[in-house]
Amino acid sequence: MNGVIAGISYRALLGRRRIWLLVMLPAVLVALAGLLRYFGGPSERIAVALMETFAIGTMLPLLGLIAGTGVIGPEIDDGTIVHLLSKPIARPVIAQTKFAVAASMLAVFAAVPTLVAAYLLIGFESGVALGFTVGALAGGIAYAAVFMLLGVLTRHAVTVGIVYALIWEGVVGGFVPGAQKYSIQYWARSIADQLSSSAFLSTEVTVGFAVPALVVVTVGAVVWAGQRLRSFSLTGDE
Amino acid sequence: MNLELTQVSRWYGNVVAVNDVTMTIRPGVTGLLGPNGAGKSTLLHMMAGFLAPSSGTVTLDGTTIWRNHQIYRSIGLVPEREAVYGFLTGWQFVLSSAQLHRLPDAEDAARKALATVEMESAKDRRIETYSKGMRQRVKVAAALVHDPQVLLLDEPFNGMDPRQRLHLMDLVRAMGTAGKTILFSSHILEEVERVAQHIEVLVAGRHAASGDFREIRRRMTDRPHLFRVRSSDDRRLASALIADASSGSVSLTAAGLEVQAVDFRRFTWLLPRVARDAGVRVWQVSPADEDLESVFSYLINRSS
Repeated sequence: MNGVIAGISYRALLGRRRIWLLVMLPAVLVALAGLLRYFGGPSERIAVALMETFAIGTMLPLLGLIAGTGVIGPEIDDGTIVHLLSKPIARPVIAQTKFAVAASMLAVFAAVPTLVAAYLLIGFESGVALGFTVGALAGGIAYAAVFMLLGVLTRHAVTVGIVYALIWEGVVGGFVPGAQKYSIQYWARSIADQLSSSAFLSTEVTVGFAVPALVVVTVGAVVWAGQRLRSFSLTGDE
Repeated sequence: MNLELTQVSRWYGNVVAVNDVTMTIRPGVTGLLGPNGAGKSTLLHMMAGFLAPSSGTVTLDGTTIWRNHQIYRSIGLVPEREAVYGFLTGWQFVLSSAQLHRLPDAEDAARKALATVEMESAKDRRIETYSKGMRQRVKVAAALVHDPQVLLLDEPFNGMDPRQRLHLMDLVRAMGTAGKTILFSSHILEEVERVAQHIEVLVAGRHAASGDFREIRRRMTDRPHLFRVRSSDDRRLASALIADASSGSVSLTAAGLEVQAVDFRRFTWLLPRVARDAGVRVWQVSPADEDLESVFSYLINRSS
């Protein structure tokens, strides 16, 4: 971790219009939870459905994409990353710092609003709020690492990320149960399922698979990004 | 410190950007001269650790530069691309550079670097409000903040107004005199001539010439020159000119005379005298091949 790099990264992420994208989705989630609570009264089934489809299924991957690619992609595109890379700092440290910044953004903008929304709906009943919060946190950390890696690997990180999140996790994961095994979203759900006693929540992927998978993917992505930055090349206009 | 390139080539797919270049950049100011697209940036990126050579080695005092972040303790880099963190002030930008170098007194180093480039008065403004020349200067300040032994600048004078340009030239010269190894790239001969004691010329990816700038300047001046001359009596002027050994050939065209001058200095001295003695009025004398490309290609043909 490097404090100076983290500081610059936070300012770059929060200072641009991206902040509104980061705020908008959690605001919608909390507002939805508030409305459902106000009009429908507490319902565990609705709470689980909202958490599964919106909090984990939609908000988490999108925020992961915004924070994960946003923490490094624009700097690589416009060349400002050279300011950080032309310093006597090990490149893996730069990757780790960027990852930590993205992961912390997801903790604040995804995990905390998930907790607030679930609590608004049913309090701490059946461990739903706790389960989805921890699930969102773990999934968010993995998304941050994977999408940051994408930002380092390709200039089309956002496109590739959307294809992964929407097509693979959303469509393929919905129809082909086997694909759920290779989906961050379903690993997050598996953790939520494990920590909650709710009857409305069930997943195909076991927590014994999901947790090691999350760790391996996160660590692997951060290490790969660091190695990739070591060979970062500037190609001129020539 | 010496930057050493040994048989360095770099290609992108089938395109060769840098072709078998061997050179040593020693303390003092070296100008890397060449037309646009000659491979200057590619070469500079390899020296700065931002590009791997496809073959050959690039070292700093014997240490490999590629994939070695420790070299940035000795190297300062001013990249050509203008982009800097626009949301930071000049002060924050240069200070962050000092902090990333883990300097014991980062604030003091940042203050000195900003003073060196005369940017103290604008240091608290955001960089996005800066002019192109001011951005260039904070980039130089950020590259100088750790007092590096080696400074690499990619087209540093681009976009600067004349006063800023002279100031940066003085700065570069002073650092060279102080024993630092400085390399800057440029496609403008006059720029290089003013600052550099030593010139490396790159044309089409190849190392075309190397040496003292006066020597290269002389070689560039002493090449055969082609002039177009229009006068009141082209035929009479032609016969007078060809009588002297300084003219290699003279041809009579509809647009005037085309004279190949083999001895540049004698020819320019001779032409007005010959015209006067022959009673011919000269309307126009224009060089037909003064562009850098032809100067460089002459150098290339000579060296190979």
